[in-house]
Amino acid sequence: MTETTETIKTSTGRVLRTEEMVVNMGPQHPSTHGVLRLEVVLDGEIVVDVIPHMGYLHRCFEKHCEHMTSYQQVVPYVDRMDYVASMTNEMAYAVAAEKLLKIEVPERVHYIRIIMSELQRIASHLIAIGTFGIDMGAFTPFLYYFRDRERILELFEMTCGARLLYNYIWIGGLSHDLPPGFIEKTREFITDFKKTLKEVNDLLNYNEIFIKRTANVGVLPKDLAINYACSGPMLRGSGVSWDLRRDDPYTLYDRFEWDVIVGKGEMGTVGDVWDRNMVRQREMWESLRIIEQALASLPEGDVQKAIPKRIRPVPGDAYGRVEGPRGELGFYIVAEDSVTPYRIKARAPAFVNLSVINEISKGAMLADLVAIIGSIDIVLGEVDR
Amino acid sequence: METLLTILNEPAVTAVLLALLPLAFILVYALVVLYGEMKMAAHIQNRLAYMENGWHGTLQPFADMLKLLQKEDIIPAAADKFLFILAPYLVFVGTYASFAVLPFSSGYIGSNIDLGIFYLVAVSSLVVVGLLMSGWASNNKWSLFGALRSAAQIVSYEIPGVLAILGVVMVYGTMNMQTMTQMQEGGIQNWLILGGDLPLGQKLALIPFVFVLFVIYLISSMAEVNRTPFDLPEAESELVQGYNTEYSGMKFAIFYLAEYANLFLVSAVVVVMFFGGWSSPFGSFMNGPVWGGFWFVAKGMFFVFFNIWLRWTLPRLRVDQLMYVSWKVLTPFALVCIVAIGFIMVV
Repeated sequence: MTETTETIKTSTGRVLRTEEMVVNMGPQHPSTHGVLRLEVVLDGEIVVDVIPHMGYLHRCFEKHCEHMTSYQQVVPYVDRMDYVASMTNEMAYAVAAEKLLKIEVPERVHYIRIIMSELQRIASHLIAIGTFGIDMGAFTPFLYYFRDRERILELFEMTCGARLLYNYIWIGGLSHDLPPGFIEKTREFITDFKKTLKEVNDLLNYNEIFIKRTANVGVLPKDLAINYACSGPMLRGSGVSWDLRRDDPYTLYDRFEWDVIVGKGEMGTVGDVWDRNMVRQREMWESLRIIEQALASLPEGDVQKAIPKRIRPVPGDAYGRVEGPRGELGFYIVAEDSVTPYRIKARAPAFVNLSVINEISKGAMLADLVAIIGSIDIVLGEVDR
Repeated sequence: METLLTILNEPAVTAVLLALLPLAFILVYALVVLYGEMKMAAHIQNRLAYMENGWHGTLQPFADMLKLLQKEDIIPAAADKFLFILAPYLVFVGTYASFAVLPFSSGYIGSNIDLGIFYLVAVSSLVVVGLLMSGWASNNKWSLFGALRSAAQIVSYEIPGVLAILGVVMVYGTMNMQTMTQMQEGGIQNWLILGGDLPLGQKLALIPFVFVLFVIYLISSMAEVNRTPFDLPEAESELVQGYNTEYSGMKFAIFYLAEYANLFLVSAVVVVMFFGGWSSPFGSFMNGPVWGGFWFVAKGMFFVFFNIWLRWTLPRLRVDQLMYVSWKVLTPFALVCIVAIGFIMVV
């Protein structure tokens, strides 16, 4: 591209031209969080245009689902979509499938699912904020957060044996009940984790340099966020109070006391990078509140009672959605008279949120672009599926 | 130095040996600080770092160096070969040549010239040329970005840095680094950071301005050696690895060596200017040529540690903020300090 961005006339009337430079950010770049390729048009350090190129991690998830031998077989496969928040993916698929099959699951299953998905939300936000810190050049908070994420993974490992791809939440139930000692360990974790949250607030989120880097950067206005169908912390950071856990309660979220966090523009404008990051930070506190309440009132019961042996739904369709760490994660399932789904469509929040990048990063500096990508919190496994 | 000269009668051999002393120091120091930085970073971050080779991984830096020596030396096909090869050596030469005027102890200084600190500032600027050269020769857009950033950064921060040096030179009345140190001899109360060896009234008036100059120089020295929070030229999350993206093997190692040597260099300048150089903090106790070397390296290492500590704690600034700090904060303050110090020294 050789367009001129500005024309400066010399005293003799000659026009000085400055040329734009096109650089490829990715697919191998340390801060694109995976294999995202951004075609960035730069005028010096100023970003003129950003064109995201996706598909490097495309694995034909939706097509694969049509060729399984049963509905249950899709569960381990949805794990691999958003691989840092697998529990949420399973949860979304289970919610959609149960809606399709009209299965009522026992209360204990609901409670355990809520505990698991809130733990997963914390684990995912820890990565989001930690890697965001790395993008800003602060390496240390990342490792503090990873240390605590490790403990969540240990809890998951205790429960279902896997640390990343769980295959835990099944249609109509769970693969295992909670192991003995889980509740105590979770409580211990909550107590310790609160200290880390405060520590990282001092170290990163309220650091003067960090605020300088993030406030008023990548501002996503309310209406733009809604027009682009952004969801999750991306939308709430722009000041829209919208959380599916409250506005479309899908399991038993309406039983718990907690608040929806929205960005208020404390350090700059509403919807800037700092706000989005802070929404994540504060949401972890709310997740802890939900977990504490769920642990206190965990009912007894059989977690596998409602699991159907063979699934052959009545032809029809269903859309189930949950509030994932990245936003609205939904599965639309179309069933025909068969044991396999006719069509599964996933609404991936990371993909939708990423689409706004061109709008909000124009005129920013190259370093800001890195901050913006970090604040969108994309997982390429989910963007490309 | 005179004692050494009497041992070796051949002047040419002596000169070469004396010139190699700082090199030997840099090599040993680089190994120590490589290990030290990894360990410090690890302990700040709740990790262990090297634990396998030797006691607590003490042999690891040697292994790292051997590995870098063995690595294939890749020169990109589209690179400007001559400049590409020249750049790392130029960077290192700029740093190494500056070591000539560092007074390691009362018995050893590479070259005791009267323009000591002026020479140091001038020669260490050669690094910019090397960095710019490496970025251009790599034929990589990210490298070019890094190189241009580093040129802009180093040139900008040299101004408050040099202004701070100027203020200090006004107090001493000399640019000779050995003389500067000698003027601070006689214990901790004579160090410039505590007002120097001056009458009490002048001393007290001088302390706040000298302290500001110290902070200004410390900040601009951090920027000159491209360390966090000023590590924009090699900001890995933005520019992949900046100017040394395309470098591998020994050339990369030389960049690294130069960076660490530079780190010690700026720390040593801080020590000479404000913290009494090789002079012992206890007056004549533990003072002498050998103790002098010990104090000099120990004080220098303290500031190296300070740099490492900051690196693993702070986030990175943005380019425009970096320039803001240099031009709108540090430079005016340095100018004010110079005027004030001039006033104090005359009155």
